[in-house]
Amino acid sequence: MTALIDTEDRTELDAAANRELGARSRKLLFSLLRPYRTRVILTLVANLVHNMAILAGPLLIAAAIDRGVPAALRGDTQVLVLCGVAYAATSILSAALHGVFVMQLNRLGQDVLFDLRQRVFDHAQRLALSFHESYTSGRLISRMTNDLRTLWDLVDSGMDDMIMSLITMVGVAAVLITLDAPLALVLLLSFIPILLITRWYRRVSVELYRATSSSMAKAIVHFVESMGGVRVVQSFRREEPNERTMDGLAGEYQSAWSRSMVTLGTFMGSIRFSGNASIAIMLLIGAYQVHDGTLQLGVLTAFLIYLRRFYDPLDDIAMFANAYASASAAMEKISGVLATEPTVADPENPVPLTKARGEVRFTDVRFRYGPDTPQVLSTLDLHIPAGQTVALVGETGAGKSTVAKLVARFYDPSEGTVSLDGIDLRDLADTDLRRAVAMVTQESFLFSGSVADNIALGKPSASRAEIEAAAAAVGAHGFIAALPEGYDTDVRKRGGRLSAGQRQLVSFARALLADPAVLILDEATSSMDIPTERAVQSALETVLTGRTALIIAHRLSTVLIADRVLVVDGGAVTEDGAPEELIAQGGAFADLHRTWLDSIR
Amino acid sequence: MRSPSAQPKRSTAASIRRLLSEAYPERWSFAAAIAVTLGAMLAGLAMPLLMRRIIDGPVASGDLTTLLWLSGLFLLAGAIEAGMFYLRRRIIATPVTMLEKRLRLRLFAHLQRLHLGFHDRWPSGQLLSRMGGDLSTIRRWLAMCLVFFVANGTVVITGLAILFYLSPVFGLIELVAMLPMVVISWIFEQKYKTVARRAQDQEGDLTTTIEESVQGLRVLKAFGRGKDRLKIFSAQARALRQSELHKAKLLALLWPLTMLLPEIALAVVLVDGGLQVAAGTLTLGTLVAAITICTYLDWPTRSIGWLLAESNETASAVERYYEFMDTEPSIVEPKRPKRPARPVRGLLRFEDVQFQYPGSDIPLLRGFDLELKPGETVALVGATGSGKSTAIGLVNRLYDVTGGRITLDGVDIRDLGLAELRTLVSMAFEEAVLFSASVRENVAMGSDRPVTDEEIEQALAVAQALDFVRELPAGLDTQIGEQGLSLSGGQRQRLALARAVLAKPPVLVLDDPLSALDVHTEAEVEAALRRVMVDGTALIVAHRPSTVLLADRVALLADGRITVLGTHQELLHSSPEYHRLLSTMEDDVEAEVAVP
Repeated sequence: MTALIDTEDRTELDAAANRELGARSRKLLFSLLRPYRTRVILTLVANLVHNMAILAGPLLIAAAIDRGVPAALRGDTQVLVLCGVAYAATSILSAALHGVFVMQLNRLGQDVLFDLRQRVFDHAQRLALSFHESYTSGRLISRMTNDLRTLWDLVDSGMDDMIMSLITMVGVAAVLITLDAPLALVLLLSFIPILLITRWYRRVSVELYRATSSSMAKAIVHFVESMGGVRVVQSFRREEPNERTMDGLAGEYQSAWSRSMVTLGTFMGSIRFSGNASIAIMLLIGAYQVHDGTLQLGVLTAFLIYLRRFYDPLDDIAMFANAYASASAAMEKISGVLATEPTVADPENPVPLTKARGEVRFTDVRFRYGPDTPQVLSTLDLHIPAGQTVALVGETGAGKSTVAKLVARFYDPSEGTVSLDGIDLRDLADTDLRRAVAMVTQESFLFSGSVADNIALGKPSASRAEIEAAAAAVGAHGFIAALPEGYDTDVRKRGGRLSAGQRQLVSFARALLADPAVLILDEATSSMDIPTERAVQSALETVLTGRTALIIAHRLSTVLIADRVLVVDGGAVTEDGAPEELIAQGGAFADLHRTWLDSIR
Repeated sequence: MRSPSAQPKRSTAASIRRLLSEAYPERWSFAAAIAVTLGAMLAGLAMPLLMRRIIDGPVASGDLTTLLWLSGLFLLAGAIEAGMFYLRRRIIATPVTMLEKRLRLRLFAHLQRLHLGFHDRWPSGQLLSRMGGDLSTIRRWLAMCLVFFVANGTVVITGLAILFYLSPVFGLIELVAMLPMVVISWIFEQKYKTVARRAQDQEGDLTTTIEESVQGLRVLKAFGRGKDRLKIFSAQARALRQSELHKAKLLALLWPLTMLLPEIALAVVLVDGGLQVAAGTLTLGTLVAAITICTYLDWPTRSIGWLLAESNETASAVERYYEFMDTEPSIVEPKRPKRPARPVRGLLRFEDVQFQYPGSDIPLLRGFDLELKPGETVALVGATGSGKSTAIGLVNRLYDVTGGRITLDGVDIRDLGLAELRTLVSMAFEEAVLFSASVRENVAMGSDRPVTDEEIEQALAVAQALDFVRELPAGLDTQIGEQGLSLSGGQRQRLALARAVLAKPPVLVLDDPLSALDVHTEAEVEAALRRVMVDGTALIVAHRPSTVLLADRVALLADGRITVLGTHQELLHSSPEYHRLLSTMEDDVEAEVAVP
C-alpha cells in the first residue's frame, strides 16, 4: 500500500518513478474519458469547424479588398457586399459553434469530474482503516478538494485555445511547406530548441506543482485540525503558535507557487524568443535567397506572414502545457489513492449469509497493526456461542478493543481466522457482515443532520416509528422529544448540539435500529450519567436476548450483566468464566471487583 | 447542515474594489506588470512593421546594406517581447502569492479567534473552501485578470481613438458594436454572480460531506454505510455540477456574443469602407489600416467575456471571504483589562448566571449561582444534557454569559484580559483533543512559560500517564495526533488531563475527565489529583460517585440552576434527585452480586 503513496510528499523523483507515475495518471485519465469517446469527438468537431470558419475570415477580407473594392470602383458593389455578408455569416456560424463547444466542453469536463469525485469518494470509503490511519483525513480531504479543483482548471483554462492552436499550426505548416520546402526545413530545425525548452519545463514544472499540491495538503491538515479543536486552541491560547505553523505552511505554498509562476514566465519567454529568433533567421536567409534569385519575393512575403501565424499559437500551447503539468501533479496523487488496494477487501466469491445466528470464533488469531509494530494479540482461540453476552475486561492497551475491531472486521487478523457462524469473515460480503455485526464506540461520531438521520444510519430504510422505538428502547426518546424540533433537530457539526452522554445514547439507538446478530459495545456508556446508564443497561437485558454481545467496559456494573467474562492481559485471555465464578476463584477479576466495590462505597 | 450564508449583497465592482484595496501595498508591482504587458504588445506591434520595412526596403530593392541592421532591430524587438513575457510573471509572482498568503493567514487567525458560537453555526467545509478554493480563485484573478483588464482596456481605448482619427464613421461603428456589451455585461453580472456564489457554497457543502465522511469513517464502516454516504455525496456533487453547467450555459451565450459583435462591426467597416473607397471618399490604405486595427482589437474585446466571468467569480469569492472576516468575534478583550490582585486566590463565583444558545428558545441556565472558595474543589453533577458542560465553558469564556456574571477574585471575568483569564483557568474536556505534535508539545501547551521535562513528567505522573508515555517508541518525543501514533481513548484523556494540571493553575476546570479510564487507573488518578488540587480551586463535572468523592462539596444542576449544595453524603440523604443520579445502580448491583 505504502509503495504507491509514499512518494507523495517528495517532489523530485528518479526517471523510473516519474515514468511510472505518469503512466498511472494517464491510465486514469483515459479510463475517465473512455465512456465519453463520442462526445469528445463531437466536441472536437465543433471546435474544428469553428476554427475553420475563423480561418476563412482573413480570406474573405482579402477577397473584399483585392476583388470587391476594384469591382466597386468599376461600379459593381455586389462582390464587396457579398464578401461583407459572407464575413458576417461565417462570424455568426463560428460564434454559434463556439457556444456549442463551450457548453459541450463544460458538460464533458463536469461529467468526468463528477465520475472522478464519486470514484475517489467511494474508493476512500472502501479503503482499510490502516490506510486512513497513516494517510490522515486532512490529506484525503485535500485530494478530494484541492487536487480535483486543479484538474478542473485544466478544462477551464485554455483547452479551447489549445485545440485551435494545434489546428492552426498544422494548417500553417502545410501552407509553409507548399510555399517553399527548403525554407520550411529551417522551420523544423527551430523546433529543436522549443522541444528542449518544453522538456525542461515539463520536468521542472511537475516538481513545482507537486510542491504546491503537497504544501496545500499540509496546510489543509493543519487547518482542519485547528478548526476541529478550536475549543482547545482557545482554552490553551494556541492561536499564536498555530499561526506560526500556518505561516510556515502557507509560506511553503506561496514560495512553490511563486517559483512556478516565474518558471512559467521563463518558459513562455523562451518559447516566444525561439519563435521570434527563428523568424529573424528565416528573414535573413530568405532575403539572401531573394537576392540570389533562388526565391521569389512574393513567396518570402507570404512565408513570413504565415510564419508569425505559426508561432503565435505556441503561447496557448505553452499555457496548456502549464495547466497540464499542474493537473498531472494532482492526478498523480489522486491516482495513487485510487491505485491503493483495500487491504480489508470484499471477497470475490462471497459466502452468502442472510440471517446470522451470531456464533463468533477466533482460531489461532495473532494480530499486529503494522509489520513493524509489536504483536497485540498472541494466539487467541475463542468460541462465543450464539446469543452469549461476553464482557472483555483488562487494562488499557491489553488488546480488548483489538478483539472488538477484529469481530467488526476493521482489520483482518495477521494470522488465523475470525469467523461468524462458521464462515471466515474474509469470505463474507460487506453488506452481509454489516447487517450481522454492529458496533458502538466511545467516540460516538455524529454527522451533521437531524437526530433522526443519525439514528437511521443504522438502518436507512427505517420508518419514523422504528427510529423512535429504537430511541425509546435506550431511553433517549425523552431528551430528543424535548429538543426544539424533536427528531428533526439538527445536531450540528459532529453532534455539537448534544452533550457527550446524549451523543452516546444516539449512537446506541443507531446500533439497536440496525438489529444485528452481534452487538459490540466498546465503552459505549462511559459518558452517561448513572440513571441513563442504568436505563441503558436494563434495556440491554431485553435487547441482548437472542443476540451475541461483546461488551468492553471499565464500569464493572456493566460487566456484571454478562454471561461470561474474559480477562485480557498482554494480548491473551488469562481468565474465562461466569462473573460469579471468577469472583469466587480469586484472581485478576476478583481483584478488580474488590477495587470497584471500594470505589463506590 | 445548511450553511447560513446570505445571498450576494454587494456588486461585483464593490467587491473587486475591496480586493484592490487589499492589494494597495503591491500597487507598484501591478503597475509595472501592466506597463510590461503593454510594452510586450508594443514590441509585438513593431515586429510586423519592421518586417514590412525589410521586405519593402532591402529585399525588394536588392540593396542588402541595411538588411543586417534592420534584422538586428527585428531580433531586438523579438527579444524585448519575449523578455516582457518573462518579466510580467517575474514581477507579479511574489506580490500576488504574498498577497494570497496574507489573506490566508489573516483568515486563519481570524477564525481561530472567532467565538465558539460561530464555529457551532458554520459547517467545517465552508471554512475550508474559503481557505482553499476561494483564495485560489482570488490569486488567479490577481495574477492574470487584473493585468489584462487594464492592459486590454488600454488597447481597446487606444484602438478606438485611432479608428476615430482614421474615420469617425469607423470609430462610431466599432463603438456602437461595443455598446450592447455594456448591457449584456450588466445582465450577465446579475445572473452569473448568483450562480457562481451558489456553486461556491455548494462546493463548501460538498467539502463538509467529504470532511465528515473521512472523519466519521469508523462509524460508516461499522454500519457498512459507505454506499449511503456516497448517495448523499453524489446528490451534492450533482447539484454542484448543475450549477457549474448553469454557469457554462451563461458563458456559452456570453462568449459567442463578445466574439460576434466586433466581427459584425468589421464586416460593416469592410463594406462601408469599400463603398467609400469606390466613391473616392477614402483611400485604400486607410481602409486596410482600419481593418488591421479592427483585427487587433479582436482579442482584447473578446477577452472581455472571459474577464467578466472571472471577475464575477472572484467577486463572489471575495464576498465569501469577507463574510467571515467581517464577523466580529463576540468574545472580545475588555477595553481596559483589570488585573486581579496577586497572588490570585481563586475565588470563583457564578452570580445569577443566565445562558441561552443563540437560536434556542429556552435558556439553558437560569439563575445559576455558585461560589467556589479559594482552594475548594466542587463537583458539578446533573442529568445528561442539563447544561454542566455549558456552565464550565463559561468560566474561561468559550461562551459569554447572556445574563448575570462570573467573577474571579471579585473581578468580572469579562474585565480580565482574555489570555490572562485562560492562563488562570485551565481546562480538560471530556473529549480529549490532541494535536499532531509530540507528547511533550501536547502537554506543554498547558503552560505559557517554557517548561522542563521534569515538570511535564510530574504532570504526566498526576494523570497516571507517565508509564505508558515511557513505553512509547520515542517517549516524550513520540508524535501523536492524527499524523502520528493513535492512542486509546483513556490514554488521550490522561494526556489532556496532564496538560490541564501542568501549569498548576489557580482554577482548574475538568469536564468528566476520567470517563474513559478503567477503574484501577481512575483510582490512581484520583489519588494523585487530590494531592494536586489542594492549592487550587477546582470545578469538576462528574457522573460517578468515585469522581464526586474528589470534591469538598457537590453542586446539583437541575432546571438551569444549582438546586442543592453540600457534601456527597449529605446530598445522598437529603436530595432524592441526587440520590437518583448517583447512587441507584451501584447499590442495586452491589446487592445483586454479594461478595462472598
